[in-house]
Amino acid sequence: MPRDFAWIHPEPWGIHVVPADCWIDPARPVACALVTHGHADHARGGHGETFATPETLAIMKLRYATSQGARPAPYHESVTLPGSVRATWIPAGHVLGSAQILLEHAGERVIVTGDFKRRADPTCPPFEVTPCDVLITEATFGLPVFRHPPVAHEIAKLTRALALQPERCVLVGAYALGKAQRLIAELRAAGHDQTIWLHGAMEAMCRLYENFGIDLGSLKLVSDAPSREALAGHIVLAPPSALNDRWSRRLPDPLTAMASGWMRVRQRARQRGVELPLIISDHADWDELTQTVVDVAPRETWITHGREDAMLRWCELNQRKARALAMLGYEEDEDG
Amino acid sequence: MERFAALLDTLVYTRSRNAKLAALAHYLRETPDPDRGYALAALSDGLDFAAVKSSTIRNLMRERVDPELWTLSRDYVGDSAETASLLWPESGDPASPPTVGEAVAALSAMTRANVMEDLPRLLDRLDAEGRYALLKLATGAMRIGISARLAKTAFAQAFDVALEDVEEHWHGQAPPYTALFDWAARGAPAPETGNLPLFRPFMLAHPLGEDEILDLATYAAEWKWDGIRVQVVRSPGESGLGETRLYSRSGDDISASFPEITEALDIDCVLDGELLVRGDAQGGRDGGAGSFNALQQRLGRKTVSKRLRAEAPAFVRLYDLLQREGEDLRARTWHARRAALETLLPRLDPQHFDLSTLIGVTNFADLARLRETARDAAIEGVMLKHRESPYVAGRKTGLWYKWKRDPLLIDCVLMYAQRGSGKRSSFYSDFTFGCWDGDPDAGAELLPVGKAYFGFTDEELKQLDRHVRTHTVQRFGPVRETDKSLVFEVAFDSVHASRRHKSGLAMRFPRISRIRADKPPHEADRLATLRALVQD
Ligand SMILES: [Zn+2]
Ligand SMILES: [Zn+2]
Repeated sequence: MPRDFAWIHPEPWGIHVVPADCWIDPARPVACALVTHGHADHARGGHGETFATPETLAIMKLRYATSQGARPAPYHESVTLPGSVRATWIPAGHVLGSAQILLEHAGERVIVTGDFKRRADPTCPPFEVTPCDVLITEATFGLPVFRHPPVAHEIAKLTRALALQPERCVLVGAYALGKAQRLIAELRAAGHDQTIWLHGAMEAMCRLYENFGIDLGSLKLVSDAPSREALAGHIVLAPPSALNDRWSRRLPDPLTAMASGWMRVRQRARQRGVELPLIISDHADWDELTQTVVDVAPRETWITHGREDAMLRWCELNQRKARALAMLGYEEDEDG
Repeated sequence: MERFAALLDTLVYTRSRNAKLAALAHYLRETPDPDRGYALAALSDGLDFAAVKSSTIRNLMRERVDPELWTLSRDYVGDSAETASLLWPESGDPASPPTVGEAVAALSAMTRANVMEDLPRLLDRLDAEGRYALLKLATGAMRIGISARLAKTAFAQAFDVALEDVEEHWHGQAPPYTALFDWAARGAPAPETGNLPLFRPFMLAHPLGEDEILDLATYAAEWKWDGIRVQVVRSPGESGLGETRLYSRSGDDISASFPEITEALDIDCVLDGELLVRGDAQGGRDGGAGSFNALQQRLGRKTVSKRLRAEAPAFVRLYDLLQREGEDLRARTWHARRAALETLLPRLDPQHFDLSTLIGVTNFADLARLRETARDAAIEGVMLKHRESPYVAGRKTGLWYKWKRDPLLIDCVLMYAQRGSGKRSSFYSDFTFGCWDGDPDAGAELLPVGKAYFGFTDEELKQLDRHVRTHTVQRFGPVRETDKSLVFEVAFDSVHASRRHKSGLAMRFPRISRIRADKPPHEADRLATLRALVQD
């Protein structure tokens, strides 16, 4: 007996849309890729054709310096693929340009969420609940201990730390795509209008966001700071990998912070040498993940990556059909 | 409770010892009694609430969270109190969080009958950080990398008093240490300790550096026996009739496990020595001490049977004399104290007290050669003590050194791994390894011989974690069985016969000394090699 939804075939390196011979977020180069969003582990280079939102394609062009084979697919504008497959990109609320991909074929609807979150983010349109038969979801924070606090609470923690020790700077580790710009936008919304200083690796992506009309206020490069003292009392943003390397020695006694959902667990923060953990994530937390399954109410839930054990258990407890796909290659650490 | 919770988090996240000390000292200065005293107790000696055990947390959560989700969460977080604090349903109104003093009073009043109703009521008044702090406080297991000594150092720093005085007055005081705060913060007289047999802080040794050479005219050498360091204290006591206590290095009262020692002392004094059992494993017949393994069966018992006392009779090999019939000798030089100890010795029961003999060499090269033989004599190494050194609490540079023998090494194969707890949670960091019970090419099997939790760098930990995750063949709850493809070199101090492992062997202080990714597993060592090193 053919398996239900056999036209969608998950492999460890990507989800194969069989009749169209397209791959979703493939981890290796393919002839035709459908990409959910611009994070490097989802949007790899070297494909023949790449369908994605214009924002995601711009991010990929910045990273891979080519737009060969780029096929823009704006939100809600369906693309017809070979083999009678229709694909539609729907906002996922994860980062600029991020989308769920709705696939329709032979009267069946399958959604691949990519990475997503349900809370408001000033840098991208919110997740849209879309009915479907199969929900293929991420589960990065698929453990009930992960409940992200309100972002305002965490922003207040950051500005309080800044005010408490004006002779130091707060060095915040934040993923260069998405987290950094959201953090800046949230700080601006909270009334923090000082210059925010950037590690060189952050600059291009911030400019790209600005080109898409997202106002980030005054940003400057640390390398352009007139003196070390000029950074005291300021926020400096750097990619997480730069937190403990030589680069940070140029800063005035930095207090090391990190913005990530992993910061909810003390030992995870300690392992990264973080002194000020900020629980700010671009992924759905446990409540959002489970609520999404409830809201979308699919016939089946498939889990691409993350902590699938607990999600499977939850589905079992709630009488929802589910399976884990054991996808490889999606990083769990940096874009948390 | 919010301030205490904030303090805990600061202590958890702050890396520098000085910054931790400053944060704790600040808290102790700024927080009123009795909160600060209970907080200090929680961070040092621990608080004990009869009705709240770590199983209480599990039971509370069982009513609220699916057991499988609980286990998955607990394994990931690595700490039950923290897991519960994160999973606890938000009440939405943490309007009136209890103070530390209130919480302690409430916890003390709880009984086994009402703890399941009363503890939730406290938890509902707190946010996640507060719940973490409360559960840590309630279960008495902080494990946040703060030693009792660091807490006492912070206390000394907060009120600008000497650490030695703090340690001296600490013992005999109970939480919330009001008399101790009155003394340090308000200049009240030091707390009255009466004639109680109190613990005195130990003097400790630094490891001798790789190429360090000491002048034996300045340093006296003695063997480092492999037992447990103890202090025997006798004083008139409240009754005036004499009370004796036996304390371990951490200041725990272990008198009940070794009644023959406390019964044998009838002179008021404070002795420092090594607790051992009779035998000839260490130092041969002349040394007259059993192995650590032999001593181990006597540790941690609340009562001791006659049979056990006869089978493994305990005694203390004396290193030092701190106090003699009311006179404090600690400010005197080592050789003056040693002379006093030698004078006292004939008055002590020889069956239960003997003297750690000095090694009579004058030349460091000779001592190095003797140390080489420590392995054969099953002794842990040698101690070097500055002849002019007073007896000072803690580890002061330049006074005492320990010079352990080199470890033994063996190549083992990784068999099972489990996620660590505390700092290592969410990494596979507890490793069970094995040796071949014969020729692996002729179908021999691997048998587990030990477990190691440390010895690797953070980088190696990541490498090991990755190896485990990508080489798992089977899962048993939190334990993963690997494909037995990785060899590591394990360093250990000694190996003993044991019934706990199928291999019949148990290692002492095993640690991973090197990952031997270069070595094929069938070239790892065999059990026979390990068995040949047994010294019981
Ligand atoms: Zn992502
Ligand atoms: Zn991802």
